[in-house]
Amino acid sequence: MSQADTQTGSPNGGPPEEDVDERIREVSSLRKALVRPELGSICGAVLVFVFFFLIARDSGMFSPEGILNWSVVSAQFAIIAVGACLLMIAGEFDLSVGSMIGFSGIIIALFSVTLGYPMWLAIIIAFVVALGIGWLNGYLVIRTGLPSFIVTLAFLYILRGLTIFIAIKTTNKTIIGGVRDAAEGDWLAAVFGGKIFKGLFVWLGDQGIISTFVAGNRAGEPVVDGIPMLIVWAIGLVIFGHILLTRTRFGNWIFAAGGDAQAARYTGVPVNRVKILMFMFTAFCATVFATCQVIEFGSAAADRGLLKEFEAIISVVIGGALLTGGYGSVVGAALGALIFGVVQQGLFFAGVESSLFRVFLGVILLLAVILNTYIRRTITGER
Amino acid sequence: MSTPLIELVDIEKHFGSVIALNGVSVSVNAGECHCLLGDNGAGKSTFIKTMAGVHQPTRGKIMLDGKQVVFSTARHAIDAGIATVYQDLAMIPLMSVTRNFWMGREPIRKVGPLRLIDFEHANQVTMDEMARMGIRLREPGQAVGTLSGGERQTVAIARSVYFGAKVLILDEPTSALGVRQTSNVLATIDKVRKKGIGVVFISHNVRHAMAVGDRFTVLNRGQTLGTAKRGEIKPEELQELMAGGQELATLEGSLGGTV
Repeated sequence: MSQADTQTGSPNGGPPEEDVDERIREVSSLRKALVRPELGSICGAVLVFVFFFLIARDSGMFSPEGILNWSVVSAQFAIIAVGACLLMIAGEFDLSVGSMIGFSGIIIALFSVTLGYPMWLAIIIAFVVALGIGWLNGYLVIRTGLPSFIVTLAFLYILRGLTIFIAIKTTNKTIIGGVRDAAEGDWLAAVFGGKIFKGLFVWLGDQGIISTFVAGNRAGEPVVDGIPMLIVWAIGLVIFGHILLTRTRFGNWIFAAGGDAQAARYTGVPVNRVKILMFMFTAFCATVFATCQVIEFGSAAADRGLLKEFEAIISVVIGGALLTGGYGSVVGAALGALIFGVVQQGLFFAGVESSLFRVFLGVILLLAVILNTYIRRTITGER
Repeated sequence: MSTPLIELVDIEKHFGSVIALNGVSVSVNAGECHCLLGDNGAGKSTFIKTMAGVHQPTRGKIMLDGKQVVFSTARHAIDAGIATVYQDLAMIPLMSVTRNFWMGREPIRKVGPLRLIDFEHANQVTMDEMARMGIRLREPGQAVGTLSGGERQTVAIARSVYFGAKVLILDEPTSALGVRQTSNVLATIDKVRKKGIGVVFISHNVRHAMAVGDRFTVLNRGQTLGTAKRGEIKPEELQELMAGGQELATLEGSLGGTV
C-alpha cells in the first residue's frame, strides 16, 4: 500500500529530485552509518576484546570453556540491562533491581523447598509478586510525582530488609539450599536452568573440535556440554527489547515518555501506562536473573544481587543511553553488558589483581560516556 | 454568513477566588485566521486551554458547528478536530521527525504475528507533508533537535493538519523566533488557512497578527474588548487596546511606536 503511495505521489507532488536545498550539507553515508547510539559501545567492545586477546590469549580465555565463562557473566548483566535500558529511555530509574533479585530468589526457595510447593508454582509465584512490586514502584512514582530515584531507593532497602527477615523468620538462615533437588525434572525450572544444543556439543567433542575431559567421572564428555538457558534468555530479551523499542508503536511511546512526558501527553500517548509497564518489565528481568541463578547455584541467599542495579545502569550508559531519558539503544546496553562481563572475567584470566577491575571499569565508563555524548550531539543537534 | 466552526459564548473561568475569564466570546470561521491578542495575564492561555478541553468553563457555552458541546478532556477536543500547538511543548527534540510526526498515531504494518510501525509509509507521508509546508527535510530520520524553532512549529502544524484538524490553535508560535523563522511560520499559517482550516493565532505581537489575521479579538483582564475585521482597525489602536489604553501614550513617545 505504501508502495502505491510512493509511486503515485501526492497531488502537489513530493520534492523534485533536482531541487536540492543548498544550505544542507551532504552527509556521507559512512558518517551516517557510524553515528548511532551504539557506536560508543561497539568501539568499547572491540577495544576490550583486542586488549584481552593481547594480554590473556594463552590463559584459556578464548577456549570454549573460557568463552562460556565470560558469556555467562555477560548474559547475566545483559538480562538486567535490557530492563534497565527500556526503563531509562522511558525516563525513569530502578534502584531496587539488586534487592529484587535477592527477594525473588528467596521467594522461589521458600515456596519450593521450605513450603514444598512444586517448583513451577514457586517460580510463577515469584514472577507474580515481582510484577506486583514493579507495578507498585511505577504507581508510586506516577502518583506522587517524586523522582523514581527516591522511590526505588526506598524499595532497595525495603526489599532487602524483607528478604533477610523472611529468610531468617522461616528457616533461621539467610541461605536456603536444596533447590536443585526441588527443581529436578521440573518443566519450568528447565526453562531457566537447563542447557540447549547438548547433542551438538557432544558431537563437537567427539569430532575433537572442542576438548573433552580426560579423567574423572565425566571423562569423555565435552568440556562445554551445552548453551545455558541463561544465555538464551539474554539473547531473547535483547532481541525482544530491540524490536519493541525500534520497530513498534509502544517503542515510540517509550521514547516519547522519556523525551518529554508533557509533549507526549498532548499528542495522546498514555505516558503513565508506558512508565508503569516499564517498571514491571524491569522487575520481570530481575526475576529472570534470580530464577536462573537460584537454579544454577541450587540455593537462594538473601544477599544475592548486591549492587546489580548499578551494574545494570552502567551497562546501559556505556551502551549510549541518556540518563535523563528519551534516548538509548538495547543493542548498545547489551554490548555494555558484554564489555562488563569480558572485563570482569578477562582480568581474572589475565591474572591481574582483581581490585583493578573497578579501576578498569571506571575508565571504560568514562571513555564510553564521553564518546556517546559527542555522538548524541551530532545526531540531535544539541549544542 | 455560514455557521462558525467553533464559537465560544460568554466563557467564564474561575480558579477559586480568582476570576481568570469573565465573559469572553470568540468565534472561528472556516478558512480564517482569528488573532487573539492580549498582554501577559490577559487570560489568553486560560481561554485557549478552555477551547482545547484542558480546562472546563465555569460558565458559558461552546458551540461546535452550531451544536453545543462539552469537552471533558483534551482528548475529547482533539477527537472533535480542535488541535493545539503549544509553543515549547510541540516536539520532542531527541526523536526523529517521523517519530514525532506520528507520535500517538503510528501506522501499523503486520509482519506475521508482529505489529510493527510502517516506517516506509510513515517516512513518505512525513516528507510529503513537510514539503507541502515548504520545508525540505534532509531525511525523515533526522532528529527534531536539528531543526530550527520555526521548523519545529511547522512540523507540529503539519502534523495537526494531516490528522484532520478543523480548528488549529497556535499558542504564541512566533514569540521565540527570529525574523526569517517568523515569516516562515506566518507563511505556514496562510497555507493552512487556505485549506479551509480555522486558525486561532495567539500573540502579543501586533505586527505578526496584522500580517496574517482576518479578525482580531483583544483580551484584557479576562474580558473581550471587542472583535474587529481586517482593515477596520489600525495597528496602533490594537496596541492601545492591548495595553489597556493607559500607559501607552507615554510609551509611544519614548519608543517611537516600535513595540
